Amino acid sequence: MSDRGVIAVEGFNPPIPVRRVEPVTSVIDSVPNLINGFFEWFGSLGIFSWQVFKATVTPPYEWRELIRQLDEVGSKSFPLVALAGAAIGVIISLEARYSLTRFGAKSMFPATLVYSVIQVMGPIITGLIVCGRVGAGMGAELASMKVSEQIDAIEASAINPFRLLAATRILACILMLPLLTLAADASGLLTGWFAQSLVEPLSFHQFITSGFKGATFNAFLPQTFKTAVYGLIIGLIACFQGMRTQGGAEGVGRAATNSVVLGSLFIILADVVLVKFILVVFP
Amino acid sequence: MATAYDIAMKEAEPELGGRAPVVVVEDLRKTFGIHKVLNGINLSVNRGETLAVLGRSGTGKSVLLRLIIGLETPDSGSILIHGQNIVGLALDRMGEIRKKMGFLFQHAALYDSLTVAENVAFPLVHHRKDMSGSERCDRVKQLLAEVGMEGNLAKMPSDISGGMQKRVGLARALALEPEILLLDEPTAGLDPISSGEIDDLILKLQRERQMASIVVTHDLHSARTIANSLALLDQGNVVIEGTFEDLQESGIEFVKEFLKQS
Repeated sequence: MSDRGVIAVEGFNPPIPVRRVEPVTSVIDSVPNLINGFFEWFGSLGIFSWQVFKATVTPPYEWRELIRQLDEVGSKSFPLVALAGAAIGVIISLEARYSLTRFGAKSMFPATLVYSVIQVMGPIITGLIVCGRVGAGMGAELASMKVSEQIDAIEASAINPFRLLAATRILACILMLPLLTLAADASGLLTGWFAQSLVEPLSFHQFITSGFKGATFNAFLPQTFKTAVYGLIIGLIACFQGMRTQGGAEGVGRAATNSVVLGSLFIILADVVLVKFILVVFP
Repeated sequence: MATAYDIAMKEAEPELGGRAPVVVVEDLRKTFGIHKVLNGINLSVNRGETLAVLGRSGTGKSVLLRLIIGLETPDSGSILIHGQNIVGLALDRMGEIRKKMGFLFQHAALYDSLTVAENVAFPLVHHRKDMSGSERCDRVKQLLAEVGMEGNLAKMPSDISGGMQKRVGLARALALEPEILLLDEPTAGLDPISSGEIDDLILKLQRERQMASIVVTHDLHSARTIANSLALLDQGNVVIEGTFEDLQESGIEFVKEFLKQS
């Protein structure tokens, strides 16, 4: 059977090309390939990470490109992250007020909102939003450069593409994620308070004082700075997927999709580990 | 045992310094999956000479250039640049070798987010830190003037034709004043007039700069115009290497067929 499935239409000779449908047996046969592919992917990611690490710590440093990427990741993601944070603030406010009133714990509202936004929702929402915007953009941009031989042209010009393209983008993600998280948190707290004050008047000062009562830096800082790890994941996956792309437009599309899907998945998996780690190290 | 580089050096001894071998390829082999692309290639190019590599599509001509500049790694064999084997060199050391090479990609591979002038300035920005902004600007204008593109500094690559993109790619390849020029199908996809202009440009650069050049092409007319010697590849091997007249006089069936169809 040829690579592409073909349906011959009765009474009409030219066949219609359709997507290949894998028979069940070929799926079973492909299990070893899938396992090989899984290990090959992680092995390649390890080699890529090592190349990027070496390029990051050794001169020359690409300051100009780093600043451009900080702007690209930070400033241009800010409105989206702030908007998402604002929406989350309103949602938590509405949900928390209902639940707390039901259990007679309405006075806990400010603290519930503060802890929910800063410890849980702010970091993860920022990570996922930035992964969607920046991860897809980086993956597609680098993949497009790869298939049009622009990355080869950089290398042929005696410039290390790991340093110029990957290290700068990954560093920008690592540095910008915590700052964007702070923006999402601030936006969420503001809209959460606003939504509450529309139903029941509560001064912002009162809300903040009550919300942060008894809170220590340990309660919030590790949760905010853990997003640097999300930044590492977003940048690393997007650059890796982009720079190993093969094929034309299809390859570019696949790189963008994989950057977002794998980035989001790894962020959620990393959060499981990071939450436990923070609970143990910063009790 | 004498290597191909030693033999080439010995042959060049009487005029060493003028025509010393710059690129020597020895028993180069490359396989992609089960497909043998290069099957023990031996070639050498002297300073000031141009070698045209001809052959059917998929015979590994472009792969040969990518191996020479280190974008691919050979399975075995060696590539000597000024006598130094570059196979297996670390990325940073390979970078030093690459500064001596200029590469024109088949589709020019211009950076689509940069203007024509920025594309040409790109290697200078990264490697000529001693240059001031105005010096760099003058150099870019001079390079673009050399390839007849002085009036298109601010244009984006997408706004210029394929032939113009190749000219800009050539200007970028020449930015660091390379000793070795690698050209991957410089006239492919161009009309006969643009092809002739690119050929004239390459000849002019050869005369002025005395670089060692390897040109991969399907265009026999272009190869005959710009190259001192021609190498014909088939199924990963060099079928014949010599002047155009050597190819014409060859009794090898594949060579006869290639010349007849070209």
